[in-house]
Amino acid sequence: MTVFIIRRLVVSVITLLAATFLVYVGTAISGDPLQDLYGIADQNEAEQQQAERRRILQLDTPIPLRYLDWLGGLLRGDLGQNIRGQDVSALLGSAMAATLKMVVVATVLAIVLGITVGVISALRQYSGFDYSLTFAAFLFFSLPIFWVAVMLKQFAALEFNNWLREPTIPLPVILGVASVSALAWTATLGGDRQRRLTTLVLGFALTALLLLLLSTTRWFADPGLGPLAVVLLAAGAAVGVTFVVAGFRYRRPLLAALVAAATGCVFYLFSEPVLAAPSFWVMLLLAVVAVGVSAGIGAALGGLQRRQAVAASVLSGVATGSLIILDYFLRAYEGYARKVRDRPVSTVGSETPNFAGNFWEVGLDSFGHLLLPTMALLLVSFAVYTRYTRASMLEVMNQDYVRTARAKGLIESTVVTKHAFRNALIPVTTLMAFDFGAVIGGAVITETIFGWQGMGFMFITGLNEVDPAPVMAFFLVAGGSIVVFNMLVDIAYAYLDPRIRVS
Amino acid sequence: MKAMSTDAGYQAAPGLAPGVAVESEGLAVVARTQGQLIRRRFLRHRAALLGMITLSLVIILAYSSVGFGPVPGWWDKSYLHTAPVVDGGRPTLSVVPEFLGGSGVHLGEHPFGQDDVGKDYFAMVMRGTQQSLIVAFLIGFVVTVVGTLVGALAGFFRGRVEAALMRLTDVMIAIPTLIFAAIFAAVAGRTGNIVVLGVVLGLVTWTGLARLVRGEFLALREKEFVEAARAVGTGSWRIIYKHILPNSVSVIIVTATLAVAAGILLETALSFLRLGIQPPEISLGNLVSQYQTAMQTRPWLFWWPGLFIVAIALSVNFIGDGLRDAFDPRQTRVRA
Repeated sequence: MTVFIIRRLVVSVITLLAATFLVYVGTAISGDPLQDLYGIADQNEAEQQQAERRRILQLDTPIPLRYLDWLGGLLRGDLGQNIRGQDVSALLGSAMAATLKMVVVATVLAIVLGITVGVISALRQYSGFDYSLTFAAFLFFSLPIFWVAVMLKQFAALEFNNWLREPTIPLPVILGVASVSALAWTATLGGDRQRRLTTLVLGFALTALLLLLLSTTRWFADPGLGPLAVVLLAAGAAVGVTFVVAGFRYRRPLLAALVAAATGCVFYLFSEPVLAAPSFWVMLLLAVVAVGVSAGIGAALGGLQRRQAVAASVLSGVATGSLIILDYFLRAYEGYARKVRDRPVSTVGSETPNFAGNFWEVGLDSFGHLLLPTMALLLVSFAVYTRYTRASMLEVMNQDYVRTARAKGLIESTVVTKHAFRNALIPVTTLMAFDFGAVIGGAVITETIFGWQGMGFMFITGLNEVDPAPVMAFFLVAGGSIVVFNMLVDIAYAYLDPRIRVS
Repeated sequence: MKAMSTDAGYQAAPGLAPGVAVESEGLAVVARTQGQLIRRRFLRHRAALLGMITLSLVIILAYSSVGFGPVPGWWDKSYLHTAPVVDGGRPTLSVVPEFLGGSGVHLGEHPFGQDDVGKDYFAMVMRGTQQSLIVAFLIGFVVTVVGTLVGALAGFFRGRVEAALMRLTDVMIAIPTLIFAAIFAAVAGRTGNIVVLGVVLGLVTWTGLARLVRGEFLALREKEFVEAARAVGTGSWRIIYKHILPNSVSVIIVTATLAVAAGILLETALSFLRLGIQPPEISLGNLVSQYQTAMQTRPWLFWWPGLFIVAIALSVNFIGDGLRDAFDPRQTRVRA
């Protein structure tokens, strides 16, 4: 395994080096960097500025030598200067933070949502849900990301912000959403006719009731979960998590998950002094403590099913923690909305300029700015993950070992989660590296539309000005993360599937 | 890669012999060629058929309306000439018949409206569609030629040829497609020639097909019929061309189709960023880019080009899906 990793590492570095050369030369020959100076009327002034730019960009040196010079600088940790003589390393820092936040959020969401929906789609093959999803996936593949982004700007931001001022949901919308959600639940849960009918009616009634409640209490103007909802949702999460990782055959894992959720809820009731205005490090510490305590609960209560119990209790603890965090974010919303004059969904930049607030408000600000670009980025990746997971899951469900698992009497949920799902994930891992590159490319477009001063912006301006240093800085981060991602995926693959290592 | 190898396994699995259709009761047996079977399966795929019809209509509309090169079209306005702006440049197209309360089915003076200086927007969108289609099909063509050649050479000759070609592919894959395309489209865009642009974009996107073709060749070159061909003294090039290539044609056709769909999205995205087809010349992408701020006041300037991009990309994607099902019906259940 070590040999495999080292060999993979060396190949990755060489690949990245060759790619940087290609990008450098491509940028350098893409145009004339002196273009904008030809218009200067004063002969002396023009010559002076041209000479200055020749010096900064080293235009008198052949391109391969310039590349070597840039490479030498890179080894010393210096990314060179841009066309205006500014230090690129300094510019990269803030740009990178903004872009990576967007890219990582979009990738993670696409993976989680895409895999979940793909699995459901495969399990309910040829249902209405499956067909509508297939069509949606094809549509998402075919949508130009820039067109969607401009549309989101118009409808999701301007109209949605206007709606938030008077957040009541009209009755036809309630009925429409309730019908769609009822159909989705029915398709997801399946079962015989009687059960499907029950799900349909219950799903419709519950959704309609919930929306009506949210609308009449003007929940969207001043949202929050409150203790009751937190406790109920935490219990629900505990049960759901146990169902997925352990099943209900044994009592212990469920007990551990519930106790972990209950511990979280008890903490929640007394959390006000700690969580009113925490710092990032406090949150990190709390997260670590939460995982540790949950694992402890699982280990103590697990009995013979210790491994499943630990997994269930940790996941349930994490879910409860997320609910608590969500509640605090929602509570901070009203104050935040007032600060940004009731326009919480933003269309420009990655943060409100000169915004000051506590941890929750800064988080909301970040979220409001991330929402639209991430949605635009998400669509294509989501479609890819859904289709790929569906295909992989269908293939696995037809394998002999799944038939064996069924034949020896395991219940369907165990067959799906334990035997099929895990193996279906193996081919999906290879997709992640590919998709990450596509998302970074898409980020260039969304940043242009939403006016982010991120790495994509750096790349486009650099390319337009025939200025290699910022382009290379962008590519180092983009290409570097793709290569690293690729390598991690390969290693994970070799770990998951021992047949790979042999070759 | 794993999914690929299992697909190959599916193909090798025993089943009904192709070309034989058994009627009920086993009374009549109709022999059909492989081509007939594929055509029948494709025509049964409703979405693909619909896509085929839509795409044909779009192509005919785009090239017949404003004409192409020296050939004039049936539409009397040009995408270059300005005219006085009528009714704020609102579209005059109407599709609701009079007996339903509409104003009747007619095109009117400016069916898609007019832009801010009074150019006929229908003519502009048609011109943009022509340009974008040319680039997309060029991308598909170059991807097919280069990808097949590289994949075939790497898969058939193995050894040093394979190592060199696959390293090249790896390097190209390390650069995100849009970034790679943007850099070289900037080189090509300045020449102002859309043929150069199409070829260059094809040259940066062939890697996916090359990998797939190589996979096919690696599997097929070990088959008995290749060994038999070699045993009777057939040369390498003839084996590649006559024996292996026809067996991997399904992968190539399907991937090439999908490359056209990806190509139109890539070109329009680049033109949107002002890196592909540059403003005096029209592309669907730079129309969207030009009028993205018109969303509030004159939304039709934004809707039409976008709708045409989606219509083309969606049709081509469905055609690709139908072709895949037609070539290998066993894959319909397990498809990425």
